[in-house]
Amino acid sequence: MAESIKIKKGLDIKLKGKAEDTKEDALQSQFFSMRPDDFHGMTPKVAVKEGDAVKVGSVLFCDKANPELKVVSPCSGTVVAVNRGERRKVLDIRLESDGKFESVPFEKAEPSQLKSDDVKKRLLECGFFAFINQRPYDVVANPNDAPKAIFISGFDSAPLAPSYDYVFGYDQCVEDLQRGVDALAKLTSGKVYVSTHKDSASRAFKELKNVSLYEFEGPHPAGNVGVQIHHISPINKGEIVWTISPYDVLAIGKAFGKGSIDFSRLIALVGSSVEKPKYYKTYPGAEIASVVKGQVKEENVRYISGNPLTGTQVGKDGFIGAFAHQITVIPEGNKNNEFLGWIMPRLSKFSTSRSYFSWLLGDKEYVADTNVNGGKRAFIMSGEYDAVFPMDVLPEFLVKAIMDKDIDKMEQLGIYEVAPEDFALCEYVCTSKIETQKIVREGLDFLRKELA
Amino acid sequence: MKALRNFLDKVKPNFEEGGKLSAFRSVFDGFETFLFVPNTVSKSGAHIHDTIDSKRVMSFVVIALIPALLFGMYNVGYQNFLAAGHGNESAIEMFAYGFLAVLPKIIVSYLVGLGIEFTVAQWKNEEIQEGFLVSGMLIPLIVPIECPLWIIAVATAFAVIFAKEIFGGTGYNIFNVALITRAFLFFAYPTKMSGDQVWISKESIFGLGYDLSNNTVDGFTGATALGQVATGTTTNVVNAIGESVSLQDMIIGLLPGSIGETSVIAIMIGAVILLWTGVANWRTMISVFVGGACTAFLFNAIGSESNQVWNLDWMEHLAVGGFCFGAVFMATDPVTSPRTNCGKYIFGFLIGVVAIVIRCMNPGYPEGMMLAILLMNLFAALIDYVFVQRNINKRLNRVK
Repeated sequence: MAESIKIKKGLDIKLKGKAEDTKEDALQSQFFSMRPDDFHGMTPKVAVKEGDAVKVGSVLFCDKANPELKVVSPCSGTVVAVNRGERRKVLDIRLESDGKFESVPFEKAEPSQLKSDDVKKRLLECGFFAFINQRPYDVVANPNDAPKAIFISGFDSAPLAPSYDYVFGYDQCVEDLQRGVDALAKLTSGKVYVSTHKDSASRAFKELKNVSLYEFEGPHPAGNVGVQIHHISPINKGEIVWTISPYDVLAIGKAFGKGSIDFSRLIALVGSSVEKPKYYKTYPGAEIASVVKGQVKEENVRYISGNPLTGTQVGKDGFIGAFAHQITVIPEGNKNNEFLGWIMPRLSKFSTSRSYFSWLLGDKEYVADTNVNGGKRAFIMSGEYDAVFPMDVLPEFLVKAIMDKDIDKMEQLGIYEVAPEDFALCEYVCTSKIETQKIVREGLDFLRKELA
Repeated sequence: MKALRNFLDKVKPNFEEGGKLSAFRSVFDGFETFLFVPNTVSKSGAHIHDTIDSKRVMSFVVIALIPALLFGMYNVGYQNFLAAGHGNESAIEMFAYGFLAVLPKIIVSYLVGLGIEFTVAQWKNEEIQEGFLVSGMLIPLIVPIECPLWIIAVATAFAVIFAKEIFGGTGYNIFNVALITRAFLFFAYPTKMSGDQVWISKESIFGLGYDLSNNTVDGFTGATALGQVATGTTTNVVNAIGESVSLQDMIIGLLPGSIGETSVIAIMIGAVILLWTGVANWRTMISVFVGGACTAFLFNAIGSESNQVWNLDWMEHLAVGGFCFGAVFMATDPVTSPRTNCGKYIFGFLIGVVAIVIRCMNPGYPEGMMLAILLMNLFAALIDYVFVQRNINKRLNRVK
């Protein structure tokens, strides 16, 4: 029986445009793009050049510090370009797909029968390893580390997030996930923790063996793996844990089961600007247009690869991020010209503040645009962050310590336990419109550099 | 609205860098963002943001102050009419008198304060911040009606510059700006801020009200309730014409005192607005009352032959003077209170304690609320330190 943990603090932002439980194949994506920036913490060393033929699983670039850490191609075809920006920074590797998705050879195996080193080598070889993240610092895991445990969050509580009950609801799923989990178990001497939501109907995660199961309930960010780690086994200074999304666990499991590499996944196209929000089978790095074409009902919109709190803005001609499980399309708020908005009742907008009325309107779903709704200020209101931050960490003091670049204070206040995504709700509710995620990201990078 | 937007768009280039009126860029920006929510969209991090912003937060404090302000205006008129022996005129006339007496103070406070804020914003090339919207309304409400305008102007300027701007502006100040204004007045011009001559308006304005210079009724006293008890031989409090007042009268608030502080009912309406909207923190507010009540009760229990303030009933202690006003509008200032939730309990409680202790133990100051809040403002960071350290120790102990 899974242990259960109840989260009280947090916030479910109810937005219009949740995906219906139907799926279809996305249009054929002609081009693919893999961005080193998605794999935070890696310094890319490009392994291909223009014109090279690639297969699914061919190495595109590896990490300068750990050359065995590789990022591979999600499609088969040819390399069109290696786009570089200022100071020759690699922006992305552009591929043209031949539509066949032929895989490099991958030997079928039962990971539970393999040796640890074998599993690690195979995961590194075919690029799956780059999808493992580590805490502290929220960067791609270093294969030379020995993590104390591996955490998998079995539900996504973010606004408009895909329902894992649906995505992982098919019959074969338990088997595939089990293989993936078995492979991961070989990477740590500790346990593999899987968390599910209390109300989850799916058996995919609940029937997993050789894992520690936890059951969470409560509002977002209960589904954030960082929150789960904090409540199950908090990270202390010097400890390392790895995290991975079940999407990638599934991909690993499938590869071992089928003997070929397949990055395809079911992502949700959501948001109030989408005609019919639903699920699409597509690939990381595929063109946004292959999913959204003909589905968006407004002109002035923002395409987000990821959820509206933590995702990355990509243009209409952008690509799906390597770690994205949803594409959110919401209206831009750059032409509102809202007259005296700050004192109006704003019945159609959601707010946590009781100076508006959304607390009276129950389960109403709202349209949220990208307007910041106010000017940037110094910290004024207190306790706002605490109300949406379900960890025993003082978020406001931590953010201030980061702003001060005070390393001792950051450590003392628990920076090793957090990732930018944990601060997404703080940023959402902030009266002073402080960019907390950016601050935390910079803080983690600063700390990593200083302590390296 | 469209026309207004178009007009703003048309004149905007004049105010931008290099434009004819670029010296007023911040002012223009202030008005523009006041009229229209800026069309700024998020560039990093979260793509959506809550609709709450600092303009709305500050506006709600001002809205919460309105009952106290309106009652204060009425009371100013009422006291003048009462002292002249004409307590039965229409309420509208009294209010009109009070309105005319108080309005200049509000205007002066806003003109001076906002003037400085606008200048500093322009100078630092920043957006104008809303903090003074609240301070500017608080200042007229915590001074005696007879306080001259020029003194208010000087004190406001002092407070805005030395209590706020030199610390970095809204959000960085250590002390409550409105209370620094009052403290400056209190120590620099004590005769205009205390005693029994300043609490009742003495002139007639535009033919309204009465000139009281040689025209008061028998038994007139202009002293506040606390002033009377501090210098008297009983805890009995009288109004301007010498009639004894009960706790109920104190709660209604038709007594001499600073403009906004007298009516517990009006202040409580404000408190409900602040707590309901979550703009003020209930932890601080409740703790102030608990602290004050406990301490006053303790002094009641000990009792004193010579100092009648000790004997003033604890409920009356909370009802008179600036206690309620301070607890609701001043102590809850989020910038100058501790930022940890636990810290707020301690902070509020100690404000209540210190306020009553000053009232009871210090013969010089009949009222202790202002000094209590300022003193605790100073300790807010220290209180936070204790609770932050507790969090740090918990994390350290986890490793063991």
